[in-house]
Amino acid sequence: MVDWSSTLQVVSLSLLVAATSTLIGAVVGVPLGAVVALRRFRGRNFVRTLAFTFYGFPPVLAGLLVYLLLSRSGPLGFLGWVFTPIGMILAQAVLVVPIVMGITISAVQVVEKRLQDTALTLGASGRQWRTTALHEARVGVLTAIMVGFGRAISEVGAVLIVGGNIAGQTRVLTTAIVLETSEANYLAATIFGIVLFALAFVVFAALQRLQQEGIV
Amino acid sequence: MTAQVSLSGVTKAFGGRAVLRGVDLDVDAGEIVGVLGPSGAGKTTLLRIMDLLEAPDAGRVALRGEPSSPAGPTALDQRRRMALIAQTPVVFRASVFDNVAYGLWLRGVPPEEIRGRVYAALDFVGLLDRAKEAAAKLSGGEQQRVAFARAIVVRPEVLFLDEFTSNLDPANVRLLEDATRRYRQETGCTVILVTHNLFQPKRLADRVTFLLDGRLLETAPTAEFFERPKRPETRAFLSGEMAY
Repeated sequence: MVDWSSTLQVVSLSLLVAATSTLIGAVVGVPLGAVVALRRFRGRNFVRTLAFTFYGFPPVLAGLLVYLLLSRSGPLGFLGWVFTPIGMILAQAVLVVPIVMGITISAVQVVEKRLQDTALTLGASGRQWRTTALHEARVGVLTAIMVGFGRAISEVGAVLIVGGNIAGQTRVLTTAIVLETSEANYLAATIFGIVLFALAFVVFAALQRLQQEGIV
Repeated sequence: MTAQVSLSGVTKAFGGRAVLRGVDLDVDAGEIVGVLGPSGAGKTTLLRIMDLLEAPDAGRVALRGEPSSPAGPTALDQRRRMALIAQTPVVFRASVFDNVAYGLWLRGVPPEEIRGRVYAALDFVGLLDRAKEAAAKLSGGEQQRVAFARAIVVRPEVLFLDEFTSNLDPANVRLLEDATRRYRQETGCTVILVTHNLFQPKRLADRVTFLLDGRLLETAPTAEFFERPKRPETRAFLSGEMAY
């Protein structure tokens, strides 16, 4: 049987962890992506390649690194964040930031090629041009945030390691599916899967609506 | 009298290939000067240097006698006294109104003034009823009219036109040429027009200069330039004998 009260808790935590890590991804990744796209500095190509490489960063490895950082004997062990939602958010943010940053770089660079001269000839200062570029790239930037959220909500390896899949505390939809499957509770696993899919659908529908409004 | 735009000894090379080779040109305030030349002559580079988008390798550029350079301390102020309309219209992902208002926002013009100036500029190019539409959804000719309105709304002292009607149908060419003439007449703005189209400077310019292989070969009042060209290269270009 499915316990609907605990399911609701799992759904809420999944949303909280994925949304918060996506928010961190956006707050850190979008400005970083814009800076890399629009500023010329030494090592720019390296930073860009690094961001793109992180698209394929294995979540379990991110989880392991964050776990080692947060575990009792780790450098940030004193914070007591291991096996907590905060630790899970941190692990997912590690995965989301490069994705948001990388896609923002691509989106802004396309705009840069098309519009920079126009903005400058109309009298934009450097800062005004960077703001314009980000505004013009808004559809691409929103895509970056959507892809980041997709990575966060569907991710299992990192949250499993850092969160520990503790019932009522750190269990999210993906780790619940893993647990139920391992215990041969296929109906419960499937229900969690359907809920995860429905949740993602609702969030993406809302984001897509926003994205459509940005396409003028 | 101090020239509105002055170039002396301007050179520019890209990847070792010389594009401009010691260009000297003085353009007076209120004048329309046509820079005529074949494709690849260096016309666009010359315009980009005058509009401070590109720095010359050597030589001097001045706006009303003040030295100009893209990296100079007054570059932004100087750039804000000029406007450029490119061959292919580029519009922002925004309404026609917002596109035209862009340069005014950059200059911190109050919103109540922006409204009046944008509508006046749109009226000038016959797009008053299209203000709320998405600029990207307009035809190429209409987008170029948006670009024209966006340039003149900031009341530039110098207007650069880079093959600005070469992709347009005859009706839009006529409309934009009329708009250029009227704008110069009403404001006394200086216009520098680069083109490979022989007929446009004939219709618009007070003086024409011929650019070939990065050098200005001949400059003369329009009628004299077309009727009595001095250089054999100019004659060859005007008669269509120059292959390029």
